[in-house]
Amino acid sequence: MQSLILTTTTRLMAALLLMFSVYALLRGHNLPGGGFIGGLIGATAFILYTIATSVSEARAALRMDPSNLAMLGVGVAALGGMGAGFAGEPFFTGQWLFLFQDGDSYVPLSTVLVFDIGVYMAVFGGILTLVFALEQEI
Amino acid sequence: MSWLLVYPILIPVMTAVLCYLFRNTVAGRWISVAGTTALLLASLMLMSEVLDQGVLAAQMSNWDAPFGITLAADLLGGVMVVITAITGLATVIYSLSEIPERLERLGFHALLQTLLMGVCGAFLTGDLFNLYVWFEVMLISSFGLLVLGGTREQLDGGIKYVLLNLISTIMFLSGIGLLYGLTGTLNMADLHLAVRGVENTGLLTTIAVMFMVAFGVKAALFPLFFWLPASYHTPPVAVSAIFAGLLTKVGVYALIRMFTLVFDQDVGFTHTLLLWLAVVTMVTGVLGAAAMNDFRRILSFHIISQIGYMVLGLALYTPLGLMGAVFYLVHHIIVKANLFFVAGVAKRIAGSTDLARIGGLYAHAPLLAFLFLIPAFSLAGFPPLSGFWAKYVVVKAALDLEMWFVAGVSLAVGLLTIFSMTKIWGAAFWPAHPDGIKPRLSDLPVGDRVALMLPIVALAALTCIIGLFPEPFVQFAERAAGQLLDPTDYVTTVLGVQP
Repeated sequence: MQSLILTTTTRLMAALLLMFSVYALLRGHNLPGGGFIGGLIGATAFILYTIATSVSEARAALRMDPSNLAMLGVGVAALGGMGAGFAGEPFFTGQWLFLFQDGDSYVPLSTVLVFDIGVYMAVFGGILTLVFALEQEI
Repeated sequence: MSWLLVYPILIPVMTAVLCYLFRNTVAGRWISVAGTTALLLASLMLMSEVLDQGVLAAQMSNWDAPFGITLAADLLGGVMVVITAITGLATVIYSLSEIPERLERLGFHALLQTLLMGVCGAFLTGDLFNLYVWFEVMLISSFGLLVLGGTREQLDGGIKYVLLNLISTIMFLSGIGLLYGLTGTLNMADLHLAVRGVENTGLLTTIAVMFMVAFGVKAALFPLFFWLPASYHTPPVAVSAIFAGLLTKVGVYALIRMFTLVFDQDVGFTHTLLLWLAVVTMVTGVLGAAAMNDFRRILSFHIISQIGYMVLGLALYTPLGLMGAVFYLVHHIIVKANLFFVAGVAKRIAGSTDLARIGGLYAHAPLLAFLFLIPAFSLAGFPPLSGFWAKYVVVKAALDLEMWFVAGVSLAVGLLTIFSMTKIWGAAFWPAHPDGIKPRLSDLPVGDRVALMLPIVALAALTCIIGLFPEPFVQFAERAAGQLLDPTDYVTTVLGVQP
């Protein structure tokens, strides 16, 4: 069933959800959030879009196979763990880089974030693989 | 140095990612071959380091044990990783010919690599909860491999497989929870020390039995083996070969690890229980095999019976017994995977694995017949093959303890093993094919012939080498058993302090 209200709201909501998912991903290290939650929220955007339109349109909007995205995420997460090797430390030890340090304010970059982005992609892709497969059966 | 322990897990995961991304092209399968070769090299490097330095340990993320996740390799863990890589490489090469493009596009190689990652992880982890995670990785990827392609028969086997394994998982997890409540730690080395201070020894023994059940399902011990013969004959041969070689052995490994390192308090109860379970497992397995009429089903039941020998070695709990268990583990993985490969080639050229519907392999494919005899005789324990030494050590250990009955049963089981191997020989190799087909190896395209026969020849050669020059292997097993019985080195290395 096509609902005008749902399709119109979805255009707005999907964009908001995607933005919020990135926000949740980035604040995740010290506050509630992180890759897993972010990935779930991001996937919700596409699930909403699937319900409002169709699986094929949602696939087209995603532009890549969600299972590829998930596996790529696993690879990125592993790369995040490998970063520690360059500092001669054990696997998965967090490596930090503080940019633009000015008094108390700085931009912290870390391999932990790379790992989180990998988790984000893996969850995002994994959930969408499942949802698309389930929606298509019906 | 700590990275040597990470490579056997890291290499398969990266290979899996690349295999998956390139699954629609020819590159996918060659990445799989290259990745597994790299895994073999990495595992050999790890092994030589362990031989050189003794036990190795690494703390992930630099969190000190017992708080972080520890990876540790002693001689047993090291050799298991090496043998995993060998079996993995053989399977990948074999699957180049066997696995159709349709399954490759569904991600066959990625699943296979994930399975290898899970197995290597289970052999290397020094943390009980982490072991649980690796078991889950193995369970999920093996379920994927089992049902890949989705025929009715495969789904039937797959559901039984996953259901019984989930029960084992629940048992395992409850055991972990109770053990953590009792001792406050899950690091295996730390547990080794912590269980000594536990006052409630009755509860500890109960937890030990829960672990016995959990790993018993994985290892296919009596009476928890039903999932194995129900599922192993359904997937492609390459998949059943690697399952037969590795999966149950992870269960046996976990039993050996836990019942030497942690649960060595009430040996009189737990290990006697294991002893009788081992004896019944041996007998049931071999009798089940004698009743079967399918190449792969016979082999599946033989896994169960051979698991009995390994657990027997552990249950005897003497240096000689454990040495036999270690030797048996390694020997069995090579031989069993090889027999499944042979069954696969027989199916390919003769058309079936049902013994009533094939034949003529001896007359038309003598090379295959010869290559069947090597692992088959080795499995039954003929000298001078690797199985002879494995059985000899275990039986000798039983005789040393004056357990005449146990020793007698294990010899009788060996005899019955020969019986069912003769049955395969007498039905598949000796008589003419019932449909008049001439199953020739030379009818296969050259590429297929190489991919199918190379792993078989290599594994058969390995069996012969272990059989003809057993001295270094026996010495190795002896050292590994020594480390298991006296884990001081393990505990010291992991915790970084003298206990």
